[in-house]
Amino acid sequence: MNSSLERARKIRTGGVYAFFIIGSIIMIFPFVWMFLTSFKTVEESMIIPPTIFPQSWQTKNFTDAMASLPFLSLYKNTILMIVWRVVCAVAFSSMAGYAFAKLNFKGKNILFSLVLIQMMLPSQIFITPQYQMLAKVGLTNTIFALVFPGLVSAFGTFFLRQAYMGIPDEIAEAAYLDGCNQWQTFIKVMAPLTTASMAALAVFTAVFAYGDLMWPLIVNTDLKMMTLSSGLATLRGQFNTNFPVMMAGSLLAMIPMVVLYLFFQKQFIEGVAMTGGK
Amino acid sequence: MTKASKHAKSESMWAYIMVAPTIIGLLVLNIYPLIDTIKLSFSKTLPFGLYELKGVQNYVQMFASPEFWRANLNTIYFCVLTVPIGILLSLVVAVMLNTKIKGQTAFRAIFFLPMVVAPAAVAMVWKWMFNTEYGIINTLLAHKVNWITDPNIVMITCAIVAIWSAIGYDAVLLLSGLQNISKSYYEAASLDGATKLQQFFHITLPMVSPTLFVVLIMRLMASIKVYDLIYMMIEEANPALTSAQSLMYLFYRESYVTGNRGLGSSVVIWTVALIGLVTVVQFIGQKKWVNYEV
Repeated sequence: MNSSLERARKIRTGGVYAFFIIGSIIMIFPFVWMFLTSFKTVEESMIIPPTIFPQSWQTKNFTDAMASLPFLSLYKNTILMIVWRVVCAVAFSSMAGYAFAKLNFKGKNILFSLVLIQMMLPSQIFITPQYQMLAKVGLTNTIFALVFPGLVSAFGTFFLRQAYMGIPDEIAEAAYLDGCNQWQTFIKVMAPLTTASMAALAVFTAVFAYGDLMWPLIVNTDLKMMTLSSGLATLRGQFNTNFPVMMAGSLLAMIPMVVLYLFFQKQFIEGVAMTGGK
Repeated sequence: MTKASKHAKSESMWAYIMVAPTIIGLLVLNIYPLIDTIKLSFSKTLPFGLYELKGVQNYVQMFASPEFWRANLNTIYFCVLTVPIGILLSLVVAVMLNTKIKGQTAFRAIFFLPMVVAPAAVAMVWKWMFNTEYGIINTLLAHKVNWITDPNIVMITCAIVAIWSAIGYDAVLLLSGLQNISKSYYEAASLDGATKLQQFFHITLPMVSPTLFVVLIMRLMASIKVYDLIYMMIEEANPALTSAQSLMYLFYRESYVTGNRGLGSSVVIWTVALIGLVTVVQFIGQKKWVNYEV
């Protein structure tokens, strides 16, 4: 009896492992194939049946990709866009989230409804007027244009408001009695208690800014002002049938984020799990 | 002035200062554009970025366009293909991740990986693997399937890539729901002789249903708004373009390739209405299957 139960448990564990190993292969294989293809010549990539490892490891695809796309600028633009969006989202959302959660003021509900309206609508509904505003003042093809829709974050405000609502009022009151004004209470006492939520919002903002395609494609058409995502879209147009070069370009575009992910894997996943559902 | 009212006054002053950046931002970046998009959808696009209010002309043109109805069909088809299978697979992955096994964190990280890769790069490699002549998938199948160019298949191809991309994200969300279920329920069920499968249907599924509902709503909204993946997989010259064009892809092409932003705005307004409708239906439907009594 006991041994048959034991056997059933072992079979089940084996099944779970088999599932995960097959699943992992499906998840990782595309990236392995991208890596291997990026070192092959075009001719080799068209051999049937395909070679698994490159006959000779070519770096020409990388130099070709870098010759047709200013990758250094793309990295710089993408980093600046992400950094500014994260800084703005975290700073402004913390301030507003704190006020909405902990302070009393007239018009609070009406103002908060603006936050909810933005959260419920898909971002595409704002895109054309946002673009036209920038075009009117000649600010397309700038870093500011890339950051523009992310200057404030309704979702971040909502999310940090939740975080502040979870902190007991007594803590703020104690700080107030100690002689802190509202701003000092917020900066010195309350904000430090939400670092986990701020980090989650930062990860969430960064991941989505990095993947965003439509906005950078519309607003920055100058090759030197593109992001990695929109740059890749341009590369696709240039090397329609040259897959090794496209794989090299894709690899160059994904490496920085993947490296960050390898180091901060736990923070990435927990950040997304915390902000989940948006 | 009493001390209390002075306190209240300084409190509201600080409150206004602290919400100001966000509120000003929302007004400029979202509320004004929202009104402007509605206005644009009723306007004729003139040269030099000018517009003229013209009534419902854009909507008439949109409803008369077969391409628009095709985009609706494509979008719905995409949702039907991706949402049920995607969520089912994510649930399976989440349940598996919730078992006590070695390497659990590593497997979770692997499934989550596509989330940190830009959709543009993801689409590129799948496009290469799905290539008719030289793609690894057709080589393995020993069969030349036109994954990207056959109008009958192209949406399935996009759906496969979409499911593959989202599985880890959805599984991570579902996993956090699963981890909140108290172990004591399972212990009691085991003592009563319930099998693992019975436990899944009578404990796990009802208990995780609120999280499942959130994931379902989110995935459905994201699928209705699908754009980047299809844009990267299917270029302008692809003969299967009209069979894969989603509503948001149509919006992009109409507004920024053809340059008719009035019509493009009508498409967005329509899509928002569609999302609203689907969400309302979901919230009504949830009463039948989501269990909030914990």
